Amino acid sequence: MSDGTLIEARGIHAYYGASHVLHGIDFVVRRGETIGLMGRNGMGKTTLLKSILGLLPPRAGSVRVRGIDLTRAAPFRVARAGIAYVPEGRGIFPNLSVKENLVMAARPGHDGRTEWTLDRAFDTFPRLRERINHGGQQLSGGEQQMLTIARVLLTNPDLLILDEATEGLAPLVAQEIWRILHQIRETGISSIIVDKNFSAVSAISDRNIILVKGQVVFEGDSDTLRAQPETLRAHLGV
Amino acid sequence: MDTYTFLIQLLNGIQYGLLLFLVASGLTLIFGIMGVINLSHGSFYMVGAYLAWSLSQHLGSFWIALPTGIVLSVALGMLLEWLFIKHLYRRDHLQQVLLTYGLILIFSELRSILWGDDVHSVAVPALLAGSIPLTEMLSYPVYRLWLSLVCVILAGLMYYLIQHTKLGMMIRAGASNREMTQSLGINIDVLYRSVFALGVALAAFAGMIAAPVSSVFPGMGNQVLIVCFVVVVIGGIGSVKGAMAAALLIGLVDTFGKVVEVEIGGLRILPELAGMSIYVFMAIVLLWRPEGLLVRRQH
Ligand SMILES: Nc1ncnc2c1ncn2[C@@H]1O[C@H](COP(=O)(O)OP(=O)(O)OP(=O)(O)O)[C@@H](O)[C@H]1O
Ligand SMILES: [Mg+2]
Repeated sequence: MSDGTLIEARGIHAYYGASHVLHGIDFVVRRGETIGLMGRNGMGKTTLLKSILGLLPPRAGSVRVRGIDLTRAAPFRVARAGIAYVPEGRGIFPNLSVKENLVMAARPGHDGRTEWTLDRAFDTFPRLRERINHGGQQLSGGEQQMLTIARVLLTNPDLLILDEATEGLAPLVAQEIWRILHQIRETGISSIIVDKNFSAVSAISDRNIILVKGQVVFEGDSDTLRAQPETLRAHLGV
Repeated sequence: MDTYTFLIQLLNGIQYGLLLFLVASGLTLIFGIMGVINLSHGSFYMVGAYLAWSLSQHLGSFWIALPTGIVLSVALGMLLEWLFIKHLYRRDHLQQVLLTYGLILIFSELRSILWGDDVHSVAVPALLAGSIPLTEMLSYPVYRLWLSLVCVILAGLMYYLIQHTKLGMMIRAGASNREMTQSLGINIDVLYRSVFALGVALAAFAGMIAAPVSSVFPGMGNQVLIVCFVVVVIGGIGSVKGAMAAALLIGLVDTFGKVVEVEIGGLRILPELAGMSIYVFMAIVLLWRPEGLLVRRQH
Protein backbone atom coordinates (compact mmCIF):
# COMPACT_ATOMS: atom_id res chain seq x y z
CA MET A 1 0.00 0.00 0.00
CA SER A 2 1.55 3.32 -1.00
CA ASP A 3 0.79 6.31 1.21
CA GLY A 4 0.20 8.64 -1.77
CA THR A 5 -2.59 11.16 -1.61
CA LEU A 6 -5.78 10.11 -3.33
CA ILE A 7 -7.95 13.15 -2.72
CA GLU A 8 -6.84 16.57 -1.69
CA ALA A 9 -9.50 19.22 -1.18
CA ARG A 10 -8.33 22.69 -0.14
CA GLY A 11 -10.32 25.66 1.12
CA ILE A 12 -13.70 24.37 0.02
CA HIS A 13 -16.53 26.90 0.18
CA ALA A 14 -19.90 25.57 -0.91
CA TYR A 15 -23.27 27.29 -1.18
CA TYR A 16 -26.87 26.38 -1.81
CA GLY A 17 -28.01 29.54 -3.55
CA ALA A 18 -27.19 32.32 -1.11
CA SER A 19 -26.71 30.10 1.92
CA HIS A 20 -23.06 29.49 2.70
CA VAL A 21 -22.73 25.90 3.92
CA LEU A 22 -19.03 24.96 3.85
CA HIS A 23 -16.56 27.50 5.18
CA GLY A 24 -13.12 26.67 3.87
CA ILE A 25 -12.67 22.94 4.46
CA ASP A 26 -9.36 21.15 3.95
CA PHE A 27 -9.76 17.46 3.47
CA VAL A 28 -7.29 14.76 2.47
CA VAL A 29 -7.72 11.05 1.81
CA ARG A 30 -4.68 8.85 1.32
CA ARG A 31 -4.57 5.51 -0.46
CA GLY A 32 -5.96 2.66 1.57
CA GLU A 33 -7.21 4.97 4.29
CA THR A 34 -10.63 4.75 5.92
CA ILE A 35 -12.05 8.07 7.06
CA GLY A 36 -14.97 8.54 9.43
CA LEU A 37 -16.77 11.77 8.62
CA MET A 38 -18.98 12.80 11.52
CA GLY A 39 -21.10 15.63 12.83
CA ARG A 40 -24.67 16.36 13.81
CA ASN A 41 -27.50 16.80 11.34
CA GLY A 42 -27.11 19.61 8.87
CA MET A 43 -23.42 20.26 9.61
CA GLY A 44 -22.37 19.80 5.98
CA LYS A 45 -21.21 16.19 5.64
CA THR A 46 -23.27 15.41 2.56
CA THR A 47 -22.45 18.82 1.12
CA LEU A 48 -18.73 18.15 1.47
CA LEU A 49 -19.09 14.80 -0.30
CA LYS A 50 -21.08 16.42 -3.10
CA SER A 51 -18.45 19.13 -3.55
CA ILE A 52 -15.79 16.49 -3.97
CA LEU A 53 -17.94 14.46 -6.36
CA GLY A 54 -18.71 17.37 -8.67
CA LEU A 55 -22.41 17.19 -7.79
CA LEU A 56 -22.25 20.57 -6.06
CA PRO A 57 -19.24 22.40 -7.50
CA PRO A 58 -17.57 24.47 -4.76
CA ARG A 59 -17.55 28.23 -5.24
CA ALA A 60 -14.02 28.52 -3.92
CA GLY A 61 -11.27 26.03 -3.24
CA SER A 62 -9.87 23.12 -5.21
CA VAL A 63 -10.35 19.38 -5.45
CA ARG A 64 -7.53 17.21 -6.71
CA VAL A 65 -7.71 13.49 -7.35
CA ARG A 66 -4.23 11.92 -7.56
CA GLY A 67 -2.89 15.41 -8.12
CA ILE A 68 -5.19 16.11 -11.05
CA ASP A 69 -7.45 19.12 -10.70
CA LEU A 70 -11.10 18.04 -10.85
CA THR A 71 -12.54 21.05 -9.04
CA ARG A 72 -15.51 21.76 -11.25
CA ALA A 73 -15.34 18.58 -13.31
CA ALA A 74 -18.52 16.78 -14.35
CA PRO A 75 -19.57 14.09 -11.85
CA PHE A 76 -18.90 11.31 -14.36
CA ARG A 77 -15.24 12.41 -14.64
CA VAL A 78 -14.80 12.24 -10.89
CA ALA A 79 -16.39 8.79 -10.92
CA ARG A 80 -14.08 7.70 -13.75
CA ALA A 81 -11.13 8.80 -11.63
CA GLY A 82 -12.05 5.94 -9.29
CA ILE A 83 -14.33 7.66 -6.80
CA ALA A 84 -17.46 5.66 -6.02
CA TYR A 85 -20.49 7.13 -4.28
CA VAL A 86 -23.23 5.47 -2.29
CA PRO A 87 -25.61 8.36 -1.59
CA GLU A 88 -28.02 8.95 1.26
CA GLY A 89 -31.24 7.20 0.36
CA ARG A 90 -29.33 4.67 -1.75
CA GLY A 91 -30.22 5.58 -5.30
CA ILE A 92 -30.90 2.18 -6.80
CA PHE A 93 -32.75 2.20 -10.10
CA PRO A 94 -36.19 0.78 -9.28
CA ASN A 95 -37.02 0.25 -12.95
CA LEU A 96 -34.01 -2.03 -13.47
CA SER A 97 -33.56 -5.57 -12.20
CA VAL A 98 -30.86 -6.41 -9.66
CA LYS A 99 -28.65 -7.77 -12.39
CA GLU A 100 -29.24 -4.76 -14.64
CA ASN A 101 -28.45 -2.39 -11.76
CA LEU A 102 -25.07 -4.11 -11.51
CA VAL A 103 -24.31 -4.64 -15.19
CA MET A 104 -25.05 -1.04 -16.20
CA ALA A 105 -22.34 0.24 -13.86
CA ALA A 106 -19.66 -2.43 -14.29
CA ARG A 107 -16.39 -1.30 -15.79
CA PRO A 108 -12.65 -1.64 -15.23
CA GLY A 109 -11.16 0.68 -12.63
CA HIS A 110 -9.14 3.81 -13.15
CA ASP A 111 -5.95 1.82 -13.76
CA GLY A 112 -7.66 -0.96 -15.70
CA ARG A 113 -8.19 -3.27 -12.70
CA THR A 114 -11.05 -5.76 -12.99
CA GLU A 115 -10.91 -7.34 -9.54
CA TRP A 116 -14.61 -6.88 -8.98
CA THR A 117 -16.75 -8.99 -11.24
CA LEU A 118 -20.41 -9.89 -11.10
CA ASP A 119 -19.49 -13.24 -9.56
CA ARG A 120 -17.36 -11.71 -6.86
CA ALA A 121 -20.10 -9.22 -6.04
CA PHE A 122 -22.56 -12.08 -5.68
CA ASP A 123 -20.10 -13.98 -3.48
CA THR A 124 -19.83 -10.94 -1.24
CA PHE A 125 -23.59 -10.37 -1.21
CA PRO A 126 -25.19 -13.82 -1.58
CA ARG A 127 -28.65 -12.33 -0.97
CA LEU A 128 -28.38 -10.42 -4.20
CA ARG A 129 -27.72 -13.58 -6.15
CA GLU A 130 -31.02 -14.98 -4.89
CA ARG A 131 -32.75 -11.81 -6.09
CA ILE A 132 -30.90 -11.50 -9.38
CA ASN A 133 -33.97 -11.06 -11.57
CA HIS A 134 -36.06 -9.10 -9.12
CA GLY A 135 -36.89 -5.48 -9.86
CA GLY A 136 -35.01 -2.89 -7.82
CA GLN A 137 -38.23 -1.79 -6.14
CA GLN A 138 -38.96 -5.30 -4.83
CA LEU A 139 -35.94 -5.34 -2.51
CA SER A 140 -35.91 -4.77 1.24
CA GLY A 141 -34.01 -1.75 2.58
CA GLY A 142 -31.00 -3.88 3.47
CA GLU A 143 -30.94 -5.55 0.08
CA GLN A 144 -31.17 -2.17 -1.63
CA GLN A 145 -28.18 -0.99 0.37
CA MET A 146 -26.22 -4.11 -0.55
CA LEU A 147 -27.13 -3.54 -4.18
CA THR A 148 -25.84 0.04 -4.12
CA ILE A 149 -22.58 -1.05 -2.52
CA ALA A 150 -22.15 -3.99 -4.89
CA ARG A 151 -22.91 -1.70 -7.81
CA VAL A 152 -20.15 0.77 -7.01
CA LEU A 153 -17.68 -2.03 -6.27
CA LEU A 154 -18.21 -3.19 -9.85
CA THR A 155 -16.77 0.14 -11.00
CA ASN A 156 -13.52 -1.12 -9.42
CA PRO A 157 -13.02 2.08 -7.43
CA ASP A 158 -10.05 3.35 -5.42
CA LEU A 159 -12.30 5.19 -3.00
CA LEU A 160 -15.71 4.26 -1.69
CA ILE A 161 -17.85 7.07 -0.29
CA LEU A 162 -20.75 5.91 1.88
CA ASP A 163 -23.29 8.44 3.10
CA GLU A 164 -25.43 6.99 5.92
CA ALA A 165 -25.24 3.50 4.50
CA THR A 166 -26.80 1.85 7.55
CA GLU A 167 -29.51 4.42 8.20
CA GLY A 168 -32.92 2.92 8.74
CA LEU A 169 -31.71 -0.67 8.61
CA ALA A 170 -32.53 -3.34 11.16
CA PRO A 171 -29.60 -3.87 13.58
CA LEU A 172 -28.73 -7.29 12.20
CA VAL A 173 -28.72 -6.02 8.63
CA ALA A 174 -26.63 -3.02 9.64
CA GLN A 175 -24.19 -5.41 11.31
CA GLU A 176 -23.94 -7.39 8.10
CA ILE A 177 -23.13 -4.20 6.19
CA TRP A 178 -20.41 -3.28 8.67
CA ARG A 179 -18.92 -6.75 8.36
CA ILE A 180 -18.76 -6.33 4.60
CA LEU A 181 -17.24 -2.85 4.92
CA HIS A 182 -14.45 -4.35 7.04
CA GLN A 183 -13.98 -6.98 4.37
CA ILE A 184 -13.77 -4.33 1.64
CA ARG A 185 -11.30 -2.33 3.73
CA GLU A 186 -9.01 -5.36 3.79
CA THR A 187 -8.82 -5.29 -0.01
CA GLY A 188 -7.10 -1.91 0.19
CA ILE A 189 -9.91 0.29 -1.10
CA SER A 190 -10.02 3.67 0.65
CA SER A 191 -13.30 4.86 2.05
CA ILE A 192 -15.09 7.80 3.54
CA ILE A 193 -17.84 6.67 5.86
CA VAL A 194 -20.57 8.97 7.12
CA ASP A 195 -22.63 7.28 9.81
CA LYS A 196 -24.46 8.09 13.04
CA ASN A 197 -23.11 4.98 14.76
CA PHE A 198 -19.97 6.31 16.45
CA SER A 199 -18.70 3.01 17.83
CA ALA A 200 -19.03 1.24 14.48
CA VAL A 201 -17.33 4.09 12.62
CA SER A 202 -14.50 4.44 15.11
CA ALA A 203 -13.89 0.69 14.98
CA ILE A 204 -13.19 0.79 11.23
CA SER A 205 -11.68 4.25 10.65
CA ASP A 206 -8.01 5.19 10.50
CA ARG A 207 -8.85 8.85 10.89
CA ASN A 208 -11.95 10.80 11.90
CA ILE A 209 -13.14 14.24 10.95
CA ILE A 210 -15.89 16.12 12.74
CA LEU A 211 -17.73 18.95 11.04
CA VAL A 212 -19.56 21.73 12.81
CA LYS A 213 -21.41 24.29 10.70
CA GLY A 214 -19.27 23.65 7.68
CA GLN A 215 -15.92 23.71 9.45
CA VAL A 216 -13.57 20.98 10.67
CA VAL A 217 -13.44 21.02 14.47
CA PHE A 218 -11.62 17.73 15.02
CA GLU A 219 -9.29 15.54 13.05
CA GLY A 220 -7.54 12.50 14.48
CA ASP A 221 -7.58 8.75 14.98
CA SER A 222 -10.22 6.91 16.93
CA ASP A 223 -8.17 6.51 20.12
CA THR A 224 -7.51 10.24 20.26
CA LEU A 225 -11.20 10.91 19.72
CA ARG A 226 -12.31 8.44 22.38
CA ALA A 227 -9.96 10.18 24.80
CA GLN A 228 -11.89 13.44 24.33
CA PRO A 229 -15.31 12.75 25.83
CA GLU A 230 -16.17 16.47 25.80
CA THR A 231 -15.65 16.62 22.00
CA LEU A 232 -17.84 13.56 21.58
CA ARG A 233 -20.56 14.97 23.76
CA ALA A 234 -20.50 18.46 22.25
CA HIS A 235 -20.36 17.54 18.58
CA LEU A 236 -21.74 14.05 18.27
CA GLY A 237 -24.03 13.76 21.27
CA VAL A 238 -22.33 10.50 22.30
CA MET B 1 -66.53 -6.05 -47.36
CA ASP B 2 -65.17 -9.29 -48.75
CA THR B 3 -62.27 -11.22 -47.33
CA TYR B 4 -59.67 -9.78 -49.68
CA THR B 5 -60.70 -6.18 -49.18
CA PHE B 6 -60.63 -6.87 -45.46
CA LEU B 7 -57.15 -8.39 -45.76
CA ILE B 8 -55.90 -5.42 -47.72
CA GLN B 9 -57.30 -2.96 -45.21
CA LEU B 10 -55.83 -5.02 -42.39
CA LEU B 11 -52.39 -4.86 -44.00
CA ASN B 12 -52.79 -1.14 -44.65
CA GLY B 13 -53.82 -0.55 -41.07
CA ILE B 14 -50.86 -2.51 -39.71
CA GLN B 15 -48.48 -0.74 -42.05
CA TYR B 16 -49.80 2.68 -41.06
CA GLY B 17 -49.60 1.71 -37.40
CA LEU B 18 -46.00 0.53 -37.72
CA LEU B 19 -45.04 3.77 -39.40
CA LEU B 20 -46.74 5.73 -36.64
CA PHE B 21 -44.78 3.68 -34.14
CA LEU B 22 -41.45 4.78 -35.62
CA VAL B 23 -42.40 8.40 -35.11
CA ALA B 24 -44.22 7.97 -31.80
CA SER B 25 -41.51 5.83 -30.19
CA GLY B 26 -39.03 8.68 -30.48
CA LEU B 27 -41.58 11.09 -29.03
CA THR B 28 -42.30 8.83 -26.08
CA LEU B 29 -38.60 8.01 -25.49
CA ILE B 30 -37.62 11.66 -25.45
CA PHE B 31 -40.44 12.42 -23.05
CA GLY B 32 -39.93 9.34 -20.88
CA ILE B 33 -36.17 9.65 -20.59
CA MET B 34 -35.41 13.33 -20.80
CA GLY B 35 -38.79 14.66 -19.71
CA VAL B 36 -39.02 16.88 -22.79
CA ILE B 37 -42.27 17.43 -24.68
CA ASN B 38 -41.06 17.81 -28.23
CA LEU B 39 -43.65 19.43 -30.47
CA SER B 40 -41.17 19.61 -33.32
CA HIS B 41 -41.03 15.83 -33.59
CA GLY B 42 -43.45 15.83 -36.51
CA SER B 43 -41.15 18.21 -38.35
CA PHE B 44 -38.50 15.51 -38.48
CA TYR B 45 -40.97 13.24 -40.26
CA MET B 46 -41.62 16.02 -42.77
CA VAL B 47 -37.90 16.71 -43.16
CA GLY B 48 -37.33 12.99 -43.76
CA ALA B 49 -39.92 12.88 -46.53
CA TYR B 50 -38.48 15.96 -48.24
CA LEU B 51 -34.98 14.54 -47.85
CA ALA B 52 -36.12 11.33 -49.56
CA TRP B 53 -37.60 13.35 -52.40
CA SER B 54 -34.71 15.76 -52.82
CA LEU B 55 -31.89 13.26 -52.27
CA SER B 56 -33.46 10.69 -54.63
CA GLN B 57 -33.44 13.35 -57.33
CA HIS B 58 -29.93 14.58 -56.68
CA LEU B 59 -28.32 11.22 -56.01
CA GLY B 60 -30.37 9.38 -58.59
CA SER B 61 -31.48 6.53 -56.34
CA PHE B 62 -33.79 5.98 -53.41
CA TRP B 63 -31.33 3.41 -52.06
CA ILE B 64 -28.56 5.99 -51.83
CA ALA B 65 -30.93 8.66 -50.56
CA LEU B 66 -31.96 6.46 -47.62
CA PRO B 67 -28.59 6.01 -45.85
CA THR B 68 -27.59 9.59 -46.70
CA GLY B 69 -30.82 10.83 -45.17
CA ILE B 70 -30.21 8.77 -42.02
CA VAL B 71 -26.74 10.22 -41.57
CA LEU B 72 -28.06 13.74 -42.09
CA SER B 73 -30.92 13.27 -39.63
CA VAL B 74 -28.65 11.84 -36.92
CA ALA B 75 -26.41 14.88 -37.38
CA LEU B 76 -29.44 17.17 -37.26
CA GLY B 77 -30.59 15.51 -34.04
CA MET B 78 -27.18 15.89 -32.39
CA LEU B 79 -26.99 19.53 -33.43
CA LEU B 80 -30.50 20.38 -32.22
CA GLU B 81 -29.91 18.68 -28.89
CA TRP B 82 -26.70 20.60 -28.41
CA LEU B 83 -28.13 23.94 -29.50
CA PHE B 84 -31.60 23.85 -27.96
CA ILE B 85 -32.95 20.73 -26.34
CA LYS B 86 -30.30 20.28 -23.64
CA HIS B 87 -31.36 23.59 -22.15
CA LEU B 88 -34.87 22.23 -21.65
CA TYR B 89 -34.15 19.28 -19.35
CA ARG B 90 -34.71 21.18 -16.12
CA ARG B 91 -37.29 23.61 -17.47
CA ASP B 92 -41.03 23.30 -17.11
CA HIS B 93 -43.28 21.97 -19.84
CA LEU B 94 -44.50 25.41 -20.93
CA GLN B 95 -40.99 26.46 -21.89
CA GLN B 96 -40.44 23.15 -23.68
CA VAL B 97 -43.64 23.60 -25.64
CA LEU B 98 -42.74 27.18 -26.57
CA LEU B 99 -39.25 26.36 -27.77
CA THR B 100 -40.21 23.26 -29.71
CA TYR B 101 -43.18 25.08 -31.24
CA GLY B 102 -40.68 27.68 -32.38
CA LEU B 103 -38.70 24.88 -34.00
CA ILE B 104 -41.80 23.82 -35.96
CA LEU B 105 -42.01 27.32 -37.42
CA ILE B 106 -38.30 27.36 -38.21
CA PHE B 107 -38.42 23.99 -39.95
CA SER B 108 -41.49 24.98 -41.89
CA GLU B 109 -39.81 28.18 -43.06
CA LEU B 110 -36.57 26.40 -43.91
CA ARG B 111 -38.50 23.81 -45.89
CA SER B 112 -40.24 26.57 -47.79
CA ILE B 113 -36.92 28.25 -48.61
CA LEU B 114 -35.04 25.06 -49.47
CA TRP B 115 -37.69 22.95 -51.13
CA GLY B 116 -40.65 25.24 -51.80
CA ASP B 117 -44.31 24.70 -50.88
CA ASP B 118 -45.30 22.26 -53.61
CA VAL B 119 -46.59 18.78 -53.19
CA HIS B 120 -44.23 16.13 -54.50
CA SER B 121 -44.23 12.43 -55.00
CA VAL B 122 -41.41 9.95 -54.72
CA ALA B 123 -41.38 6.97 -57.06
CA VAL B 124 -41.44 3.51 -55.53
CA PRO B 125 -37.94 2.07 -56.09
CA ALA B 126 -37.87 -0.32 -59.06
CA LEU B 127 -36.72 -3.23 -56.94
CA LEU B 128 -39.95 -3.12 -54.91
CA ALA B 129 -42.31 -1.79 -57.56
CA GLY B 130 -44.24 -5.02 -58.06
CA SER B 131 -47.51 -6.22 -56.60
CA ILE B 132 -48.60 -9.52 -55.20
CA PRO B 133 -51.89 -10.60 -56.81
CA LEU B 134 -54.59 -11.65 -54.37
CA THR B 135 -57.49 -12.20 -56.74
CA GLU B 136 -57.96 -11.37 -60.42
CA MET B 137 -58.96 -7.87 -59.43
CA LEU B 138 -56.99 -7.18 -56.27
CA SER B 139 -53.29 -7.11 -55.51
CA TYR B 140 -51.05 -5.79 -52.78
CA PRO B 141 -47.93 -3.65 -53.43
CA VAL B 142 -44.61 -5.23 -52.49
CA TYR B 143 -43.28 -1.87 -51.31
CA ARG B 144 -45.90 -1.68 -48.54
CA LEU B 145 -44.96 -5.14 -47.33
CA TRP B 146 -41.28 -4.21 -47.34
CA LEU B 147 -42.11 -1.03 -45.42
CA SER B 148 -43.92 -3.01 -42.73
CA LEU B 149 -41.09 -5.50 -42.51
CA VAL B 150 -38.50 -2.76 -42.06
CA CYS B 151 -40.60 -1.19 -39.30
CA VAL B 152 -40.93 -4.53 -37.51
CA ILE B 153 -37.18 -5.11 -37.71
CA LEU B 154 -36.46 -1.62 -36.38
CA ALA B 155 -38.95 -2.08 -33.55
CA GLY B 156 -37.26 -5.37 -32.65
CA LEU B 157 -33.82 -3.78 -32.70
CA MET B 158 -35.04 -0.95 -30.54
CA TYR B 159 -36.58 -3.36 -28.05
CA TYR B 160 -33.32 -5.29 -27.90
CA LEU B 161 -31.29 -2.11 -27.48
CA ILE B 162 -33.37 -0.81 -24.62
CA GLN B 163 -34.05 -4.06 -22.79
CA HIS B 164 -30.96 -6.13 -23.34
CA THR B 165 -27.89 -4.00 -23.92
CA LYS B 166 -25.77 -2.17 -21.38
CA LEU B 167 -26.47 1.04 -23.26
CA GLY B 168 -30.20 0.45 -22.87
CA MET B 169 -29.76 -0.17 -19.14
CA MET B 170 -27.85 3.10 -18.84
CA ILE B 171 -30.61 4.91 -20.71
CA ARG B 172 -33.28 3.49 -18.43
CA ALA B 173 -31.15 4.25 -15.38
CA GLY B 174 -30.72 7.83 -16.57
CA ALA B 175 -34.47 8.15 -16.93
CA SER B 176 -34.95 7.10 -13.33
CA ASN B 177 -32.13 9.01 -11.60
CA ARG B 178 -29.93 11.36 -13.56
CA GLU B 179 -27.57 12.32 -10.75
CA MET B 180 -26.95 8.74 -9.65
CA THR B 181 -26.28 7.65 -13.20
CA GLN B 182 -23.61 10.32 -13.59
CA SER B 183 -22.04 9.39 -10.28
CA LEU B 184 -21.54 5.89 -11.65
CA GLY B 185 -19.24 7.34 -14.32
CA ILE B 186 -21.72 7.64 -17.15
CA ASN B 187 -21.61 10.73 -19.35
CA ILE B 188 -25.29 11.49 -19.38
CA ASP B 189 -24.98 14.45 -21.74
CA VAL B 190 -23.68 12.20 -24.48
CA LEU B 191 -26.28 9.57 -23.61
CA TYR B 192 -29.16 12.05 -23.88
CA ARG B 193 -27.80 13.52 -27.09
CA SER B 194 -27.70 10.03 -28.59
CA VAL B 195 -31.24 9.22 -27.49
CA PHE B 196 -32.50 12.47 -28.98
CA ALA B 197 -30.64 11.87 -32.23
CA LEU B 198 -32.07 8.33 -32.32
CA GLY B 199 -35.58 9.75 -31.97
CA VAL B 200 -34.97 12.28 -34.73
CA ALA B 201 -33.49 9.64 -37.02
CA LEU B 202 -36.44 7.28 -36.45
CA ALA B 203 -38.98 10.00 -37.28
CA ALA B 204 -37.03 11.15 -40.33
CA PHE B 205 -36.57 7.56 -41.49
CA ALA B 206 -40.31 7.01 -41.17
CA GLY B 207 -40.84 10.08 -43.36
CA MET B 208 -38.34 8.79 -45.91
CA ILE B 209 -39.85 5.35 -46.31
CA ALA B 210 -43.38 6.75 -46.22
CA ALA B 211 -42.63 9.17 -49.06
CA PRO B 212 -43.22 6.63 -51.89
CA VAL B 213 -46.65 5.62 -50.52
CA SER B 214 -47.94 9.03 -49.50
CA SER B 215 -47.34 12.39 -51.07
CA VAL B 216 -44.69 14.76 -49.78
CA PHE B 217 -46.41 17.97 -48.66
CA PRO B 218 -45.77 20.89 -46.29
CA GLY B 219 -48.30 20.04 -43.59
CA MET B 220 -47.38 16.36 -43.23
CA GLY B 221 -45.32 16.94 -40.08
CA ASN B 222 -48.12 18.49 -38.07
CA GLN B 223 -50.58 15.88 -39.23
CA VAL B 224 -48.41 13.02 -38.02
CA LEU B 225 -47.49 14.87 -34.81
CA ILE B 226 -51.10 15.05 -33.67
CA VAL B 227 -51.74 11.38 -34.37
CA CYS B 228 -48.48 10.48 -32.62
CA PHE B 229 -49.50 12.39 -29.51
CA VAL B 230 -52.69 10.34 -29.53
CA VAL B 231 -50.53 7.20 -29.77
CA VAL B 232 -48.25 8.29 -26.93
CA VAL B 233 -51.17 9.19 -24.67
CA ILE B 234 -53.02 5.95 -25.36
CA GLY B 235 -49.90 3.83 -24.96
CA GLY B 236 -48.90 5.51 -21.74
CA ILE B 237 -46.41 8.37 -21.74
CA GLY B 238 -42.84 7.08 -21.81
CA SER B 239 -43.75 3.48 -22.65
CA VAL B 240 -42.24 2.19 -25.89
CA LYS B 241 -44.19 -1.06 -25.69
CA GLY B 242 -47.36 0.94 -25.09
CA ALA B 243 -46.55 3.07 -28.13
CA MET B 244 -46.31 -0.09 -30.24
CA ALA B 245 -49.69 -1.40 -29.07
CA ALA B 246 -51.34 2.00 -29.41
CA ALA B 247 -49.83 2.70 -32.82
CA LEU B 248 -51.17 -0.58 -34.21
CA LEU B 249 -54.60 0.05 -32.72
CA ILE B 250 -54.72 3.59 -34.07
CA GLY B 251 -53.53 2.38 -37.47
CA LEU B 252 -56.35 -0.14 -37.60
CA VAL B 253 -59.04 2.15 -36.18
CA ASP B 254 -58.11 4.89 -38.62
CA THR B 255 -57.93 2.60 -41.64
CA PHE B 256 -61.15 0.74 -40.96
CA GLY B 257 -62.85 3.92 -39.78
CA LYS B 258 -62.42 5.24 -43.29
CA VAL B 259 -63.86 2.27 -45.12
CA VAL B 260 -66.57 0.95 -42.86
CA GLU B 261 -69.94 2.61 -43.06
CA VAL B 262 -71.62 2.43 -39.72
CA GLU B 263 -75.30 2.81 -39.12
CA ILE B 264 -76.42 3.88 -35.65
CA GLY B 265 -80.15 4.18 -35.10
CA GLY B 266 -80.85 4.70 -38.75
CA LEU B 267 -78.18 7.41 -38.96
CA ARG B 268 -75.45 6.66 -41.46
CA ILE B 269 -72.02 7.72 -40.30
CA LEU B 270 -70.11 8.63 -43.40
CA PRO B 271 -66.52 7.61 -43.99
CA GLU B 272 -65.75 11.32 -44.21
CA LEU B 273 -66.55 11.68 -40.54
CA ALA B 274 -64.30 8.77 -39.72
CA GLY B 275 -61.33 11.11 -39.30
CA MET B 276 -62.72 11.47 -35.81
CA SER B 277 -62.55 7.78 -35.08
CA ILE B 278 -59.10 7.82 -33.50
CA TYR B 279 -60.05 10.65 -31.14
CA VAL B 280 -63.19 8.85 -30.08
CA PHE B 281 -61.02 5.79 -29.55
CA MET B 282 -58.58 7.81 -27.45
CA ALA B 283 -61.40 9.15 -25.29
CA ILE B 284 -62.69 5.64 -24.67
CA VAL B 285 -59.25 4.28 -23.77
CA LEU B 286 -58.56 7.16 -21.42
CA LEU B 287 -61.88 6.74 -19.64
CA TRP B 288 -61.00 3.11 -19.14
CA ARG B 289 -57.28 3.53 -18.36
CA PRO B 290 -56.34 7.14 -17.66
CA GLU B 291 -52.64 6.36 -17.50
CA GLY B 292 -52.55 4.64 -20.84
CA LEU B 293 -52.71 1.05 -21.99
CA LEU B 294 -49.40 -0.34 -20.82
CA VAL B 295 -48.32 1.86 -17.95
CA ARG B 296 -48.29 0.09 -14.63
CA ARG B 297 -50.02 2.08 -11.97
CA GLN B 298 -47.37 3.57 -9.67
CA HIS B 299 -47.66 3.76 -5.84
N1 LIG C 1 -30.58 21.30 -1.45
C1 LIG C 1 -30.37 22.17 -0.42
N2 LIG C 1 -30.78 23.45 -0.52
C2 LIG C 1 -30.57 24.33 0.49
N3 LIG C 1 -29.97 24.02 1.63
C3 LIG C 1 -29.53 22.76 1.79
C4 LIG C 1 -29.71 21.77 0.77
N4 LIG C 1 -29.18 20.61 1.20
C5 LIG C 1 -28.70 20.87 2.42
N5 LIG C 1 -28.90 22.14 2.78
C6 LIG C 1 -28.47 22.79 4.04
O1 LIG C 1 -27.06 22.73 4.11
C7 LIG C 1 -26.63 22.39 5.40
C8 LIG C 1 -25.74 21.17 5.34
O2 LIG C 1 -26.51 20.05 4.90
P1 LIG C 1 -25.92 18.61 4.68
O3 LIG C 1 -26.95 17.82 4.00
O4 LIG C 1 -24.60 18.73 4.06
O5 LIG C 1 -25.77 18.13 6.17
P2 LIG C 1 -25.37 16.70 6.73
O6 LIG C 1 -24.24 16.92 7.65
O7 LIG C 1 -25.20 15.74 5.62
O8 LIG C 1 -26.67 16.35 7.57
P3 LIG C 1 -27.47 14.98 7.77
O9 LIG C 1 -26.80 14.27 8.88
O10 LIG C 1 -28.82 15.45 8.14
O11 LIG C 1 -27.43 14.24 6.49
C9 LIG C 1 -27.88 22.21 6.23
O12 LIG C 1 -28.10 23.38 6.98
C10 LIG C 1 -28.98 22.01 5.22
O13 LIG C 1 -30.18 22.56 5.69
MG1 LIG D 1 -26.24 14.12 4.99
